[in-house]
Amino acid sequence: MYKILSKEMLTPAICRMEVEAPRLAAAAQPGQFLIVRADEKGERIPLTISDFDAKRGTVTIVTQKIGASTADIIAYESGECFADVVGPLGLPSEFVTMSPDQLSQQRYILIAGGLGTAPVYPQAKWLKEHGVPVDVIIGAKTRDLLIYVDEMRAVCDNLFVCTDDGSFGFKGMGTNMLEKVVADGHRYTQAVIIGPMIMMKFTTLTCRKLGIPATVSLNTLMVDGTGMCGACRVSVGGKTRFACVEGPEFDGYEVDFDEAMRRQGQYKAEEAETNEKHVCKIGRGK
Amino acid sequence: MANRIPRVPVREQDPRVRATNFDEVCYGYNKEEALLEASRCLNCRNPRCMAACPVGLQIPRFIAELAQGNIAGAAAVIAEDSSLPAVCGRVCPQETQCEGSCVLGVKGEPVAIGKLERFVADYSRELADAGPSAHIADVAASGPDRDSDYPAIPLEGVQGVKAPSRSAKRVAVIGSGPAGLACASDLAKWGYDVTIFEALHKAGGVLEYGIPEFRLPKDKVLRHEIDDVRALGVRIETNVIVGRTITIDSLMDKEGFEAVFIGTGAGLPKFMNIPGENLCGVFSANEFLTRNNLMKAWREDYLTPIHAGKKVCVVGGGNVAMDAARTALRLGAEVHIVYRRTEAELPARREEVHHAMEEGIIFDMLTNPVEVLGDEKGWVRALKCIRMELGEPDESGRRSPVPIAGSEFEIPTETVIMALGTSPNPLISKTTEGLETTRRGCLVADESGATTRPGVFAGGDAVTGAATVILAMGAGRTAARAIDAYLKQK
Repeated sequence: MYKILSKEMLTPAICRMEVEAPRLAAAAQPGQFLIVRADEKGERIPLTISDFDAKRGTVTIVTQKIGASTADIIAYESGECFADVVGPLGLPSEFVTMSPDQLSQQRYILIAGGLGTAPVYPQAKWLKEHGVPVDVIIGAKTRDLLIYVDEMRAVCDNLFVCTDDGSFGFKGMGTNMLEKVVADGHRYTQAVIIGPMIMMKFTTLTCRKLGIPATVSLNTLMVDGTGMCGACRVSVGGKTRFACVEGPEFDGYEVDFDEAMRRQGQYKAEEAETNEKHVCKIGRGK
Repeated sequence: MANRIPRVPVREQDPRVRATNFDEVCYGYNKEEALLEASRCLNCRNPRCMAACPVGLQIPRFIAELAQGNIAGAAAVIAEDSSLPAVCGRVCPQETQCEGSCVLGVKGEPVAIGKLERFVADYSRELADAGPSAHIADVAASGPDRDSDYPAIPLEGVQGVKAPSRSAKRVAVIGSGPAGLACASDLAKWGYDVTIFEALHKAGGVLEYGIPEFRLPKDKVLRHEIDDVRALGVRIETNVIVGRTITIDSLMDKEGFEAVFIGTGAGLPKFMNIPGENLCGVFSANEFLTRNNLMKAWREDYLTPIHAGKKVCVVGGGNVAMDAARTALRLGAEVHIVYRRTEAELPARREEVHHAMEEGIIFDMLTNPVEVLGDEKGWVRALKCIRMELGEPDESGRRSPVPIAGSEFEIPTETVIMALGTSPNPLISKTTEGLETTRRGCLVADESGATTRPGVFAGGDAVTGAATVILAMGAGRTAARAIDAYLKQK
């Protein structure tokens, strides 16, 4: 069993939990993810890792209520245990494997959309710790949906925050913010984009326009996360790749986002049915 | 003469009824039937059945005990060589192994060895579950290192097992499928301190995620036999992916394991690489079966979604294709098996094909998909196929299928399930120095199971590519002997 050591609601729908998983915490690297199964009857839900601490033997996950299974995860309280937490899954970010020499030539811009801000955090932290110049853009629909603003400020050189409605920071989307930052004279060798599929698609297009190579982190459907099921297949450069073991990060220029978005919604009809029947555990007695 | 008694038929669920549920198809023998069938065994001096069993089960000996009504004695004989008799009695291809070699089969019907093995295992389990000595039920759950659903079992009171001594050498077994369970069982019996590492949240490997409930009930049968392996003193640590969570190097260098057995199976699905394969509604058999078996999508009370729809085409002709087809049928679909050769070449067990046909699966033979066609929303609408004819025999001895030019046609369908076979997962070979693989991704190992890296052994599908449960168990046992020899020398 995997004990939840702390729980904190970052917004009414987004929650951060620190969970005991010593083996996972010792092995995790930026860019990787994990799978949580809340209880015996729950699904295996792939989640990003927003922090890890080998000494404490813990990982931090940030979850947004989307369907029945994520609602169940969020319903857990500090002191309770998840049935299963497994990982780290996927490959670490490319920079983790670079030589100091290669790293010294890099200037990163990390672009986070909504919940995608959480997995950007360990990447910024790693780059900062390794002395690599790193700027971060955080975008959200509105002020109340922004997460990790203060945490992020501590681990990057420049933080740019934008909201679609202008309720905080720059008014506009991440793409507009990126164009502005570049127009203001900032230069980057590499962008990393993490957020909803549609946001990654359009931000990649903006990067291409600006001539910045773009890495994206694909949150596809998955069952096992080890290459067994193939639910996560994506077309990258015309070839079928498994996001769980060959990703989750790919060259954004090469990803077929439209296909990826369609595949992500494959079980929508079945899930709608489940959601209707499902009795959410929020508010249940302990 | 004993063989004047005809083979005792086994009772099965009515095909029309079972096509709508996930209850077990075959009911198995009752005591009376089993004893009668056991009486047919000639107890040959030179038992060919035993030689044909990959784990060397002492078949005439256990059947002799059974024929005398000593069911506990029969169970004890089986336990010497196998920890999974209720599994093997159900899923082994007996027709090509023990029963295929039975002398009675020359002129008539062989002894129903598989059904007898199953009876002995089921009877013993039901007795243990009912009796006061059922030692499994009342043990408190333990820490995070255990398979969460199933408490550890104390060694006290389990017959014939010594707890590993403090100085016992530690062996890591990777994968809790048939190969790993067989290897771990033998090593534990010999006093080694064995830990199995399992990537999924439940132990059992393909027995858990691949084989459907209606062929192998999970809670009733499989859990019990895995608990029996635990009762030998084997620890099972779930949610550990070797190659990600830990590595073979860390196991040997940091955690003090002196030998490692890799029994990670062949879990990687193959696709056809035809256009349209990434459309919504195209699934690997692995995904479809894992959702339904491991994740229990068929049960209302589980959250896992699964998509079958009104019509399903399953591409392939092996046991996995039959399992996927019969699962889709039970989820309410009209199901077609699409196979490029003829019925005679179907690689699935005859029994499985027979059961599938009885249940109403439609077999489209000499048919090969060339493209999956989609609608405007990116969902499958049809499978475009070409008719085939049989040409010259290929290297496997089967006549190879040749497309008939201009014979393309469409099968309208909602769902396509690819059941084209699987290959070994490269997670371990890619993260372990000195571990050689073949061009097909299989681990290189000699006949004893030794890999190219000292102290690391392997067996089962990870070495051979996809094969059977019992061959994997045999390989696990062979490697256990080699590990014993290696550690004694060390």
